[in-house]
Amino acid sequence: MEKLEHPLLIVEWVNALLGPLVRSIGERMGFHFTGHEVIPPYLVMVMLIVAGLTVLSLIVRSRLSVEAPGRLQIVMEDAVGAVVGLLEEWIGPSGRNYLPLIGTLGIFILSANYMGLVPGLMSPTTSINVTLGCALTTWVYYHSQGIKAQGPIGYLKHFAMPPGSPVWMAPLMFFIEIISHLSRVLSLSLRLFGNIFGEEMVILILFSLVPFLAPLPMMVLGLVTGGLQAFIFVLLSIIYLQGAVAVEHHEDEHGHEAPHGREAPAAA
Amino acid sequence: MNKRLVMTFALVMAAGIFAPVFAQAPAGGATATADVVAKWSIITAGFALAFAAGLGALAQGRGVSAAAEAIARNPGAAGDIRGALILGLVLIESLVIYVLLISLILFFVNPFKP
Repeated sequence: MEKLEHPLLIVEWVNALLGPLVRSIGERMGFHFTGHEVIPPYLVMVMLIVAGLTVLSLIVRSRLSVEAPGRLQIVMEDAVGAVVGLLEEWIGPSGRNYLPLIGTLGIFILSANYMGLVPGLMSPTTSINVTLGCALTTWVYYHSQGIKAQGPIGYLKHFAMPPGSPVWMAPLMFFIEIISHLSRVLSLSLRLFGNIFGEEMVILILFSLVPFLAPLPMMVLGLVTGGLQAFIFVLLSIIYLQGAVAVEHHEDEHGHEAPHGREAPAAA
Repeated sequence: MNKRLVMTFALVMAAGIFAPVFAQAPAGGATATADVVAKWSIITAGFALAFAAGLGALAQGRGVSAAAEAIARNPGAAGDIRGALILGLVLIESLVIYVLLISLILFFVNPFKP
């Protein structure tokens, strides 16, 4: 297993550049660095994604035009439109407010998954640290949005008494709901990590058999599963948001119901 | 139906009574047991993955067949059905991925290696 991995060039460059600085700051704060690599490879890749996406967005922003949009602008408008459409389909008109985090998660995970197929890079999502970070961010986000939308007492009541359950079951339901919500963090992170890490492991093993030809079918499969896993992460985040933010249907004096999105299936 | 039940029950009882015949001689010493555990953990990883892949494929097959039938019956709802299908397939597949992770840990990290 050890001989299948080798240090990446970009990681070595970044460590040569920023390593001593990070090491001095870290040791002053009390961290001890083991090994010669101060900045782990997945962190270098994440910094690459952040820098790359920022540069791309700034380029597109400087060339925004309504009459004659360039190709890059059209592609980005399609991506934003797709995420907004998904949000409004599941959460309703107020779904738009959640676009920044959900859109960023989507683009980040998509580019992170595809980075693994490029020769000099590795995908940061093959490390459980990155996927757990994404899952925890989503978890904290949807709980905080739920508390903001329904107030803390209302949100806790929502936990203990989901619509349609009797009052005497409230303590049991509370306990069960807490366990189910904790399992969501686990499932989100492990699903993304397992898919992408397993893919990379199979590609590595096939590479050690027949160097450049055998991994090709698995890399094509990697394209499919990378995109699918990013879409599923975004979709599940939206479903959890809907579960947290959806308010009770109430009618105003004209008898119209408040606008709402589609009902979510019970997603574990 | 009654006869099949009685036959199955008789077979299970027979296997239970004759089980000690198939037991192997107990391994001697503590280090031999640790080796045996390490070896059997690798074999367990393979079997676990085989079960997970087979049962997961069965479950996903039922989902896909139900979705295809629903689309054939109601082509106008194809978009909604496709969305539900993808969501269900990925949730089932994530269970298989959990087993893959445990198998990878048993196989590569060798937690039982003495």
